[in-house]
Amino acid sequence: MIELEHLTKRYGEKLAVDGLTFTVRPGVVTGFLGPNGSGKSTTMRMMLGLDKPSSGEVRIDGKRYIDLKEPLRYIGGLLEARGVHPGRSAHNHLLCLAQSNEISPSRVNEVLDIVGLTSVAHKRSKGFSLGMGQRLGIAGALLGDPQVLLFDEPVNGLDPEGIHWIRNLIRDLADQGRTVFVSSHLMSEMALTADHLIVIGQGRLLADTTMADFITHNAHSFVRIRTPQPERLIAVLSAEGIGWDRGDEGSFEVSDVPAEQLGELAARHRLVLHELSPQRASLEEAFMRMTATSVEYHAHTPSENNGTASAGAPGAPPGAEPGSGPGSSGWGAHRKRGEGR
Amino acid sequence: MTVTTAVLKSEWTKVRSVRSTVWTLASAFAVTVGLSAALCAVMNANFDQLSSRDQATFDATSISFAGMFLGQLAIIVFGVLVVGSEYSTGMIRTSLAAVPQRGTFLFCKMGVATVLALVTAMATSFSSFFCGQALLGSHRTTIGAPEVLRAVFGAGLYMTMLAIFAMGVAAMLRSPILALGVLMPFFFLVSTILANVPGAKEVARYFPDQAGSRVTRVVPSTAPYGPWEGFGIMGLWVVAALVGGYLVIRNRDA
Repeated sequence: MIELEHLTKRYGEKLAVDGLTFTVRPGVVTGFLGPNGSGKSTTMRMMLGLDKPSSGEVRIDGKRYIDLKEPLRYIGGLLEARGVHPGRSAHNHLLCLAQSNEISPSRVNEVLDIVGLTSVAHKRSKGFSLGMGQRLGIAGALLGDPQVLLFDEPVNGLDPEGIHWIRNLIRDLADQGRTVFVSSHLMSEMALTADHLIVIGQGRLLADTTMADFITHNAHSFVRIRTPQPERLIAVLSAEGIGWDRGDEGSFEVSDVPAEQLGELAARHRLVLHELSPQRASLEEAFMRMTATSVEYHAHTPSENNGTASAGAPGAPPGAEPGSGPGSSGWGAHRKRGEGR
Repeated sequence: MTVTTAVLKSEWTKVRSVRSTVWTLASAFAVTVGLSAALCAVMNANFDQLSSRDQATFDATSISFAGMFLGQLAIIVFGVLVVGSEYSTGMIRTSLAAVPQRGTFLFCKMGVATVLALVTAMATSFSSFFCGQALLGSHRTTIGAPEVLRAVFGAGLYMTMLAIFAMGVAAMLRSPILALGVLMPFFFLVSTILANVPGAKEVARYFPDQAGSRVTRVVPSTAPYGPWEGFGIMGLWVVAALVGGYLVIRNRDA
């Protein structure tokens, strides 16, 4: 279990991490999501005792990092930047880590086997591909058989096979009852691996929720309409007081109104439709929308809805703001990309 | 205590598992011994052409360490790389996550490297002395002559101290490139040049290398300190570098 309390990191004027309070629980994969530069890596470095918080604190199983005796036995971390001397062999890299925490040297061969680097164990890591380097980093995290694991952007730069491998590993670790904390800037990646989600933007906590709840509340849905009679459609929608956005290739996008109702409306007015299809915006879009909002709040711009992916036509009403209660009726409840894991 | 033992073991694995250790230490040995031997041979051949004043102050012991002015650069590179490569490779984050007691980490690392530097430096100074004396012909001295053993032993200690100084500077600057960029020109050029400029000489003789190398000479110099006082001055520089390095690693984010 990892507990953060009002964790704050300030670099000069800039707040990189701004009062984060949350708990990472065992037995589930907790995704840590935020755009690049939102403070994820800084937060993870503070969790590993590498950066000192400006205020607040992190506790690993109730203890400060510095008070952990043989910390690799409690917590293993894979940081984004490769922390390996390229002139040292994979085996010796792991051996020196093992010795520093009085971990048996035989464990080195075990973790090399787990990550599939046994055949190159005595080669200098200089020649390792990105994926092999990542595997070596993971071997280091697993070395002390810790109950808490941190992975900072583990799939970055990996080939599909490597990505698949890491996803399964992360799931297995959580299924064994460990605390697993994985950062990513890709919502789609989180949707595949995480059970719980912590979203930050500009160093601040935006969401701390289960994956299912996040999807329920944030997967924005709308209906796409295409017609050869756009002027008439606009007139009809306006008469009904229905807001719309312009979509791709001359299509229209209507939120908040179900497709059935729109179809009936078009039929009543004898409108020709070439398309009437319910769409679910990706979770990626929901995530961007959420973090874009945090940027807006920060810059103190008026609450114009310019954060959505589809450019709104002038005069179009703003879509439902994320997290606003009444809007949730229009938000899809189905997990779009969550299958197949 | 157990933490220290474990970290010492780990640091020993680290230092022996990179090639730069062998290369830098072997260079320090080979360059010092080889160059000193060559200079001794040249000196033996040309001794009669020296002025009578130079002949009177001829120091058969210190000439056999003459190659150290170049060989010391290799031992500085060793010191810089042992500490600095942690930063340049990003290994420092892995290391400090494993050993969050930063002082323990730094001083165990330096301790292991110091032992290696000491063994190399002593082997270098004794080899350099005996090779040099063998080539000095009739101008040679012996290890049993007054002050000579102190000078040979001192030469080994001097090189070791330079390595520790380099480690401290690298820990302060957190970058091998930066540390070498400061130390190389300083020891190879600045210190040597200033030591020969009349006005600057008074200051330059308190530089770590100028003060420290007094212990490698048998014939007294004009310096206002004796061999061990000079070595003590160098010791103060080394302590300052270690304190600086410790404060940086303790306070800065990794």
